[in-house]
Amino acid sequence: MTWACRFPCQKTMRWIWIDKFLEFESGKRAVALKNVTLAEEHLHDHFPGFPVMPECLMIEAMAQTAGILVGEARKFQEKVILAKIKKAAFFHYVRPGDTITLHAEIESIAPEAASAEGEIRRGEQVVARIGLMFSHIDKNLAGKRFPEENFVFTDTFGSLLEGFVDQYPSGERR
Amino acid sequence: MAISREEIFGKVQEVLVDALGLDEDEVTEEATLMGDLGAESIDFLDIVFRLEKAFDIKVPREELFPAESVLNNPDYVSGGKLTDKGMAELRARMPHTDLSKFAQDPDVNKIADLFAVSTIVNFLEMKLNG
Repeated sequence: MTWACRFPCQKTMRWIWIDKFLEFESGKRAVALKNVTLAEEHLHDHFPGFPVMPECLMIEAMAQTAGILVGEARKFQEKVILAKIKKAAFFHYVRPGDTITLHAEIESIAPEAASAEGEIRRGEQVVARIGLMFSHIDKNLAGKRFPEENFVFTDTFGSLLEGFVDQYPSGERR
Repeated sequence: MAISREEIFGKVQEVLVDALGLDEDEVTEEATLMGDLGAESIDFLDIVFRLEKAFDIKVPREELFPAESVLNNPDYVSGGKLTDKGMAELRARMPHTDLSKFAQDPDVNKIADLFAVSTIVNFLEMKLNG
């Protein structure tokens, strides 16, 4: 059974901003990797002659790493949405050709939400520290209804976890 | 060993400064979380997580901020106001809050004003010192 079969309603296209997971400890911590390349068009504008990875996209990479970690902790039954950037501090530029690793840890998790702390490193050097809050949106309805299908965790996200996670949302094992 | 109210307030103040990006002097006991300190719904969860860490206890959100579940029950709300039953339920669930003023006009839109810094301090005082 492929990831695509397991999440049958993949109508939306997802934007994947990390290349692979290096480590994945269910419910606790994960390390993902991203290679930064000059083939990313936005780097030509950010900035002309001085390409550096935009800090908001570093937050996105951490949000994907930590978001998948949080989603997997509840076996992808929740729709996990980034709800709050608790803190974001950047210490160095990330340039084309750099490989960054995203170290995320779940700090707290409850039925309605989760909080994660993360560090972005280039080799041993810490380039950013980011703290995030995620909402399990079905548990924070406030009168709103969301689609039944889990539009957050699509097959492409799932494919990143091949080899790390063998627990299917239904509980069946590969 | 019992922890003093001042000590509890000091830690709560620190939590709110970090969670809501405030200056220390903005966090007074009287300040309301939403009205005065600008907290949004996700901040309540952030605050709960931080309190759990700071005090090393479990803080069920339902206990500290029970209004949502009261408001979602049609028996408890009528014409934009809490019914007598709803008011009784809120009293039972929020022993750590003075509801006397709210009870005079239990408009659901004013329920957010009940959540002041002192609400959190009272709650923790009861929880920690029994």
